[in-house]
Amino acid sequence: MPLVDGLPEEEQSAKLAVENVSKRFHTGRRQQDVHALDGVTLQVAEGEFVCLVGPSGCGKSTLLNIIAGLEMPDSGQVLADGAPILGPGRHRLVMFQESGLFPWLDVFGNVMFGLKLKEGLTNAERRKVAQFYIKLVGLEKFADANIHELSGGMKQRAALARALAPNPRVLLMDEPFAALDALTREQLYGDIQRIWAARKKTIVFVTHNVREAVCLGDRVVLFSPNPGRIRQEFHIPLPRPRDINSVELAGYSSQITKALKGILHDGDAAAE
Amino acid sequence: MKRLFHATLFFLGLLLVWHLVVRAKVWSPILLPSPASVGLYLRDAVRDGSLWEATLVTMRRLLVGYFIGILIGLPLGLVTAASKFAEDTIGVLALGLQTLPSVCWIPLALLWFGQTEAAMLFVVVMGTMWSVVLATDNGVRSIPPIYARAARTMGSKGLHRWTHVLLPASLPFLVSGTKQGWAFAWRSLMAAEIYVTILTGFGLGHLLHYGRELNAMDQVIGIMLIIVVIGLLADKVLFAPWERFLHRRWGTGKR
Repeated sequence: MPLVDGLPEEEQSAKLAVENVSKRFHTGRRQQDVHALDGVTLQVAEGEFVCLVGPSGCGKSTLLNIIAGLEMPDSGQVLADGAPILGPGRHRLVMFQESGLFPWLDVFGNVMFGLKLKEGLTNAERRKVAQFYIKLVGLEKFADANIHELSGGMKQRAALARALAPNPRVLLMDEPFAALDALTREQLYGDIQRIWAARKKTIVFVTHNVREAVCLGDRVVLFSPNPGRIRQEFHIPLPRPRDINSVELAGYSSQITKALKGILHDGDAAAE
Repeated sequence: MKRLFHATLFFLGLLLVWHLVVRAKVWSPILLPSPASVGLYLRDAVRDGSLWEATLVTMRRLLVGYFIGILIGLPLGLVTAASKFAEDTIGVLALGLQTLPSVCWIPLALLWFGQTEAAMLFVVVMGTMWSVVLATDNGVRSIPPIYARAARTMGSKGLHRWTHVLLPASLPFLVSGTKQGWAFAWRSLMAAEIYVTILTGFGLGHLLHYGRELNAMDQVIGIMLIIVVIGLLADKVLFAPWERFLHRRWGTGKR
């Protein structure tokens, strides 16, 4: 994927270090507090694509929010390039399950939102960058479209362009494709691999879909719930671009699914 | 075009029924004047300038009071949405005073300000601002939290968060809130003009009041028609553009 001229220099991708992070949620209604994360330690290399997988309530989304700086851990810390994360910052942008696009702006305006908050660019440069990323996600014909006019897949494409445009070092994705139909999802798997190959971002991707994780990740990290802990890690050395329907991929995902079922079984046994 | 035709037909039919009821002499013509006599009154009132003058006086009071109400109500609503303390104090006050019919402010206004423009203004502002406070507060609270989260990760905070995220996100509520505020302002002012006679200007409410005093039902009904027409026009001029914008961007509403 050739980059357009005049784009700012590629910023370095970040190393992330999650160090012994714990987090509890105090819920008034439930009889017990939720122990979302318990002593989680995880290293993410520069430009690595890591998928966090696990049953609901295993703390994978909480960990993503902590890396984003939207939530603070009770203990432990997360370092980005060696510096502790103290709050949200534009070097770590998030894509949510719902697109979170702003309905009062069109697609172009949404992509410009983060760029306008980035200093050191002229407005002409910002427009150029926005157009570049809108084209990268294949929405160049829809730059003027209103958000409610987009399909679910197009919304997530626009959200991806919005997250990529300010050129963050880390892209955090919280089940971004969970609400889409299978066909749209498969297209987006192709897109995200193509874009990742072109822009080499560090990506942390949360999902409960094992095949999705195997298709996208260099590494799949399996979480277990109550308390949220890292159970097992899997390296996925398959060549890219990967096809989610390939046999090799199915082999890895059945192995991980088996481990996941073991976790669910443990959970049932504990509940009895 | 078809809809305009339907509307025209409906109102012509209404006029016809009115005309026939008058012709059938069901009620005394003193109680129910004919459409023609109301039309004659309106023609004369336009000719001698009294209608135009009263409309100007009323509109000036209305617009000034309404915009003061919004100017106070909107920031107060933002404050009550942002701070628990303001919610428990100003928020409760707004909720209470909003339920108070605005006519109830008139005795107080008369004692405080006497028979002056200030009394009129006070009643209109009180009628407007509390509903604007509540609508703004409700609007900001109804924003899906994901907007604020997405904006935070992109580096929006402080004043930028308010002007570029929270205010535009609550626009649908602000429009319906200010529209409701307009309806309240209009009602308050008519109540005030009917009850309070002041010498600095005769508004439409005064014309209505004196129509009753003089048993001039053609005047009473004529002025009521004018009040209805102004209400409709305000809706079209002040709010329809905003509603079209909301419809285009958010995909909400009819049309």
